[in-house]
Amino acid sequence: MFSIIEAQFVAPDVKKFRIVAPRIARKRKAGHFVLVRVHPKGERVPLTIADSDPAAGTITLFVQGIGKTTRLMNLLETGDYVSDVVGPLGKASEIAFYGTVVVIGGGVGTAIAFPTSVAMKQAGNHVISIIGARNRDLVILESEISAISDEVILTTDDGSYGRKGLVIDPLKELIEAGRKVDLVLAIGPIPMMRAVAEVTRPYGIKTIVSLNSIMIDGTGMCGGCRVVVADKTQFACVDGPEFDAHLVNFDVLRQRNSLYREAERLSLDKFQQDPSADLACAKEMCRLQNL
Amino acid sequence: MNSLSPKERVKIPRQKMPEQEPESRRKNFEEVNLGLELELAKREAHRCLECANTKCVETCPVGVKVKDFVQLIVAGDILAAAAKMREDNVLPAITGRVCPQEDQCEGGCILGKKFKPLAIGYLERFVADYEAAVGKVGLPQKAPATGKKVAIVGSGPAGLTVAGDLIQRGHEVTVFEALHEIGGVLVYGIPQFRLPKEIVRREVDNLRALGVRFETNVVVGKTVTIDELFQEEGFHAVFVATGAGLPQFMTIPGEHLNGVYSANEFLTRVNLMRAYRFPEYDSPLYDCRGKNVAVIGGGNTAMDAIRTSLRLGAANGYLIYRRTEAEMPARIEEVKHAKEEGVQLMMLAAPVEFLDNGSGWLKGARCIRMQLGEPDDSGRRRPVPLPGSEFEIALDVAVIAVGTTANPLVQSTTPDLKTTRKGYIAVDEETMKTSKQGVFAGGDIVTGGATVILAMGAGRKAAGSIQQYLTTGVW
Ligand SMILES: Cc1cc2nc3c(=O)[nH]c(=O)nc-3n(C[C@H](O)[C@H](O)[C@H](O)COP(=O)(O)OP(=O)(O)OC[C@H]3O[C@@H](n4cnc5c(N)ncnc54)[C@H](O)[C@@H]3O)c2cc1C
Ligand code: FES
Repeated sequence: MFSIIEAQFVAPDVKKFRIVAPRIARKRKAGHFVLVRVHPKGERVPLTIADSDPAAGTITLFVQGIGKTTRLMNLLETGDYVSDVVGPLGKASEIAFYGTVVVIGGGVGTAIAFPTSVAMKQAGNHVISIIGARNRDLVILESEISAISDEVILTTDDGSYGRKGLVIDPLKELIEAGRKVDLVLAIGPIPMMRAVAEVTRPYGIKTIVSLNSIMIDGTGMCGGCRVVVADKTQFACVDGPEFDAHLVNFDVLRQRNSLYREAERLSLDKFQQDPSADLACAKEMCRLQNL
Repeated sequence: MNSLSPKERVKIPRQKMPEQEPESRRKNFEEVNLGLELELAKREAHRCLECANTKCVETCPVGVKVKDFVQLIVAGDILAAAAKMREDNVLPAITGRVCPQEDQCEGGCILGKKFKPLAIGYLERFVADYEAAVGKVGLPQKAPATGKKVAIVGSGPAGLTVAGDLIQRGHEVTVFEALHEIGGVLVYGIPQFRLPKEIVRREVDNLRALGVRFETNVVVGKTVTIDELFQEEGFHAVFVATGAGLPQFMTIPGEHLNGVYSANEFLTRVNLMRAYRFPEYDSPLYDCRGKNVAVIGGGNTAMDAIRTSLRLGAANGYLIYRRTEAEMPARIEEVKHAKEEGVQLMMLAAPVEFLDNGSGWLKGARCIRMQLGEPDDSGRRRPVPLPGSEFEIALDVAVIAVGTTANPLVQSTTPDLKTTRKGYIAVDEETMKTSKQGVFAGGDIVTGGATVILAMGAGRKAAGSIQQYLTTGVW
């Protein structure tokens, strides 16, 4: 049982959680993730660790309510518990001095990319952050990212904040303007990551993406998270989640991520019609824990 | 005492295990075997010839005193029989259900040379269930506290055996498990209809009652390393029992298609995550209702996967195996049950490609026929593809159950831990000591995928030498 000591919305549908998990807090590095199971009937969902405080024994997660589990999680409050948190999983990001690093975050990918940006900055890189969101309300972590970036560019799909357009537009401009870009890290929806890969490919700029495949155990035991990279099968949970964007087969990723689309929709509909059963299941557990 | 003469004993037929009818059981996840009643168990026990030379004990990897416990059943003292059993086997309700008895105790039984062997597995299960039903599990006495701390990595049968043995010797025992449930393959691999989870939980609760601590959600190598367990957490010895959990794929085209699963994933979704009760439980599985499902392999895992698919509503369940039924490594009872339930065996065949329906979903497999050639290293005749014999089969789901290998997480984060060529942990077979002081290993992580009872046997051996190491301090 893992206790939530802080839960607050940072944007509509995006909630920040601080969870007590001392062992994980101690070991976690940028790029690591955890698997969370909210209650005993729940599924195990991967969430990137955005930050950790080894002294306080806490980890920070940002949860965007998309499917059933993330929406359920976003109903939890400070003082509640989640059933299971396991990690830190995956390979840590390869932090080094590259020169100029462009970090691109789309949607909640912004939060996922944030710890790596921090580490890249600490390693002496010139960090250019590109934050993409659908609209102004969905922009997250702007001040935190500004504080650690040398340059920040904001884009929104509808132009309600920053530039109107896609994250690849400013990236293209930077490259075409002759700026020397040594590394690009892109985290977000699959079409965005794929588009970034296509922008940098002709220039041979090393580009890293973080793959969000469907997982269960996170330890290499099931193979459900397999992705195709450089024509070889890799397990995203142990060999990744970060891979060379130019070698990733995005078609296979998109296809495999659609495997349970119908079941996911069914699950979400059922939950939205009546979230009380799940909430009761989660809260029941919390109450028991406090007895 | 058994008052029957040997002649009378052999006249008693081997008692049949009462079971759910195939037609109804293939639609539910309830246990197939229902267990012997007291009278049946006693009658079966009376068949024992009480040999002077107990082959059944010799062929048991943990040396259960078969004759002694069977005599106690004959005498009607079932609780004493259970206690006798527990002297050598801490998980009798489990091994009674899943051991390959035909290769072990029952394979050694003299009766089997002319008649049917004594149903030792049924009797073992009977005494354990009886003991649980009357609620009088004879928990052993604990030795006074020694102040020594032992960490066990992995909660499968090997880990649980060591935990049980060492808690009794007065040590502080903590079991670290990566998943959220305790039991290893017993909970994530072997299905409910063969080994109800309540039984595993019962055994785990017994260990908890003795004082064993269980920490779930700890992936050793990631959450904490072996070195940290020694240096920062003050453990004096570590037993590594992480199993052979890495699924092998076949590296043939189309393995990434939607609908192709590893057996580990298929079974984990159903057993650990309870996908058969979706949407009450969150984790889904491909909807098998009315579909064609094939499992590739011939072991217990393959049988479990294909029988699971029938229970999930598959219209056709094929078992594709590259040798013949005689070479299948699965327990005989599993093959019998599978056939009764309508599993269609496709022997001497193997897929060479999984076929795409054009949008990334499986539509079938191209297979090739095999013929048996010369014996290979394992002594079994090697399957050789027959040129020009390719054929296609329509499939919606394919489950690959061709074996597993070592999970490298512990080995790769413990630099001074020596491994074998295949990545398993290298140990001294007598003591289960690894190359690193204070670290012992056993079970599938040493042998590769084997059996529950062999994992327990390894645990038993390791517990003995851990005890010696902790008391003498000599490595
Ligand atoms: C589907 C299936 C059916 C089977 N049927 C039978 C049968 O009928 N009869 C039989 O005798 N045998 C059967 N077997 C084989 C038998 O289950 C295994 O041989 C046995 O479980 C091995 O025990 P173990 O303790 O070595 O490891 P496991 O049972 O594999 O347990 C290892 C545990 O360690 C955990 N772990 C792994 N890495 C870490 C880590 N880094 N940190 C913490 N924890 C970790 C795993 O999550 C797991 O819980 C079957 C196996 C399968 C898969
Ligand atoms: S999540 Fe199971 S192997 Fe990656």
